[in-house]
Amino acid sequence: MSPRRAAGGKDGQPAAEKPPLILIVDDFADNREMYTQFLEFSGFRVAEAQNGHEALDKAFDLQPDLIVMDLSLPGLDGWEATRRLKADGRTRTIPVIALTGHALAGHSKGAMDAGCDAFITKPCLPERLMEEIKSMLKA
Amino acid sequence: MKRDAATRTSARRREKVDASERLKLAEALLGSDDLATCAQHALDWLGRTLGVTRAVCLVGGADTVTVLRPVATLGIRERAVNGFALDLEAHNDPLVAATIGLGASVFGRNGRAVPTTPLGSERLIAVPLQGRHTLEEYPVGLLLIASTDADVEAEARRVASLLGPRLTSLRSAHRREANERRILRERTLLYNIINAVTDPILLTDTEGRITVANARAEALLSAGEDESEGRRRAIALNNMLFSSALTRRAIEGAEPWRHELLLVDPVDGSDLLFELLSTVTVDPREGTGIVSILRNVTDLRRATQEIEENYRKLRLAEADARAERDRLDLIIDSVADPILVTDSNANIVMMNAPAERLFTADLEAGAEARRTVQANDAHFSSFVSNLFFEPGAMRRSGSIALVDPRTGAPLPVEAISGKIVSEHGEVTAIVTILHDKTQELERDRLYEQLKEASSELERKVREATAELTRQNELLRRSHFEIEQASAAKSQFLANMSHEFRTPLNAILGYTSMLLKGVTGELTPHQRRNLERVDSNAHHLLAIINDILDISRIEAGKMPLTLTKFDLKDLVAEVLAEVEPIISRSRLAVTSHLAADVPPLKTDRQKVKQIVINFLTNAIKFTPQGSVEVRTEYVAARDQIVIAVADTGIGVSAEDRERIFEDFRQADNSPTREYTGAGLGLAICRRLAGMLDGNITLESETGRGSTFALFVPREVRRA
Repeated sequence: MSPRRAAGGKDGQPAAEKPPLILIVDDFADNREMYTQFLEFSGFRVAEAQNGHEALDKAFDLQPDLIVMDLSLPGLDGWEATRRLKADGRTRTIPVIALTGHALAGHSKGAMDAGCDAFITKPCLPERLMEEIKSMLKA
Repeated sequence: MKRDAATRTSARRREKVDASERLKLAEALLGSDDLATCAQHALDWLGRTLGVTRAVCLVGGADTVTVLRPVATLGIRERAVNGFALDLEAHNDPLVAATIGLGASVFGRNGRAVPTTPLGSERLIAVPLQGRHTLEEYPVGLLLIASTDADVEAEARRVASLLGPRLTSLRSAHRREANERRILRERTLLYNIINAVTDPILLTDTEGRITVANARAEALLSAGEDESEGRRRAIALNNMLFSSALTRRAIEGAEPWRHELLLVDPVDGSDLLFELLSTVTVDPREGTGIVSILRNVTDLRRATQEIEENYRKLRLAEADARAERDRLDLIIDSVADPILVTDSNANIVMMNAPAERLFTADLEAGAEARRTVQANDAHFSSFVSNLFFEPGAMRRSGSIALVDPRTGAPLPVEAISGKIVSEHGEVTAIVTILHDKTQELERDRLYEQLKEASSELERKVREATAELTRQNELLRRSHFEIEQASAAKSQFLANMSHEFRTPLNAILGYTSMLLKGVTGELTPHQRRNLERVDSNAHHLLAIINDILDISRIEAGKMPLTLTKFDLKDLVAEVLAEVEPIISRSRLAVTSHLAADVPPLKTDRQKVKQIVINFLTNAIKFTPQGSVEVRTEYVAARDQIVIAVADTGIGVSAEDRERIFEDFRQADNSPTREYTGAGLGLAICRRLAGMLDGNITLESETGRGSTFALFVPREVRRA
């Protein structure tokens, strides 16, 4: 998948400036596409990845502004993927928001240890995710 | 006639004895003071002037006037007259008859028989010698002359008239002198006797003046010139005491009286106690006097006192001994074991009550009992005799098989005998104590049973322990399995939660996007339906969250995060969070926070969760009225109270406990936006427990409820 350029959103971001590219990593297509749809609707550029390896490839390749990482992924999981992103000089500075359906304690700590910059528990409404992305990008 | 003849004869002889010779005789007689000399002068004169050849003069003694003895002789040897005596009481004697009257008796003339005399002649003239006054009963003497011559007779009568008064006079003088000597001797003797008496003896006149006093009395009552001042004073005092003792009774009666008199020993000043015996003596010549004898009873009194004291001590000792004996009897009787004392013949001399029951039988007791007693006695005697025949042994113990006479039951006893040995080493008695072994045997039997029971118990305990070990092992395994199962369950719940959340995330996300018009405008109908989808999806999410909470608490996977915080801030935060619901409810929600509530140290998140639960519940179940959040500090228990009071529908008594149970809720309304699947209070109670706190509920149906959380100011556990 290639990054799609938003035709212009509600946020009214100037077309001249390239909107931030968000990489959504989630193996559950419905959720991934729901966030993509909403973020694009809101004026972001969005790239998608279905698993850890794909997430790494896309991140190295596309150099997104921010990565939303689901932790439970088939194959290379979110924690490992984050660790590798943070270990790589090319992607080290890209903020990673961990997103998980696991509410048990330990998940968030594990995510922080792996190098995630924020942690959000599912269910997470798209608006809430967008607010978190915006605040991360500002920082 | 006869008289005339004599006169004639005398006249004839007048010329033969001239007057000068007679004068000489009178002079000689007066010149001698001795009876015998006088008599000898007279005899010698008779021999010289008249030619008398043999004569003897008998004179009565100074004491024994009735017996005349020879005092002078003429012409015979003195030896011949020794032993001759004339008893004047022998009236038949012719010589005695011759002594009567003044005339001379002539024997051997005219056929008159001559009585036997020391003169031994056939002629005898006996002339009595009389005093001047012939008043005296007996003549003073008798003059015997061997002659019958009338001249001699006449001249002898003249001599007798001179000699008789002279001898009488001399004898009287002798007798007087002898009397005086005797009286003096007796008086001296009497004094000696009185002085020899160690008791003071005194004779006093009626005025109390001392007439006679013996040496001892003088020592006490009369002071010499050279006595010391102290002695004189003591003697003066004694005199005073003595006089007063005498005058007190004075001469009241003739009866002798006794009186105690305390005097002072003038020598050493010690007290002397006397018994004064006084007797009044009445003498016609000397007048009335008082004889007093003082008997020194000082020592006697002391001895009496000592005897009394000794007697008293003896009585006390006796009483002590009696008490001791009584006590001993009591002790011996109170000993439950029979005690017997036997003498050296193995006879029982003493026994206590328990022993009496074994060794004596009343007459009322049956023949059987008496036989038993005899048998007991025989057994006992044989046991005790054995000790007697062991010379060296002092003690002996052994078993005797006795029988209780009352019940006939066998009574095995342990007997311990001891010898009681006198100072001389001979055995005086044997004391035996019998100890009932029935109980001991019974105890041994019980002990055996107990031992058996104990070993049985031990065996059972061992078995039980083994069983327990087995069970423990099973439990351990089961516990391990349960833990595994629990872990599996937690894992399952975690997974399920994840699995639930993933599709819910999509549902909620798409619904939200649709409602936001991401895909274009919705018709009101569509919007209403979509809102219901959204609401139910949230409800489902809440249920899932609650279940997850409970499973986490139960799995111990909900850690405590202790922080120190201010309750005021927490309440403000809760009110802000719940604000959307409050504003929708149109209730008056207030807070009343006590000023003295100190900062808490506990799990802030859990407290917040509980308070939110209270508050949302209160709002939910209060159709109208008010809700108040109150905080308080109970210093006595160092507890913080956070209470939420409402004026809502209340909780009925029967529901008050039920609402804390899982999945319990009267109203299962789907309109709730926050926690609440009927699990809220169940979770709250578990959370409060984790914080060492508790939740109380006060409620009245239709009036409202107050839920309160009590938590310690500081959670102690790590």
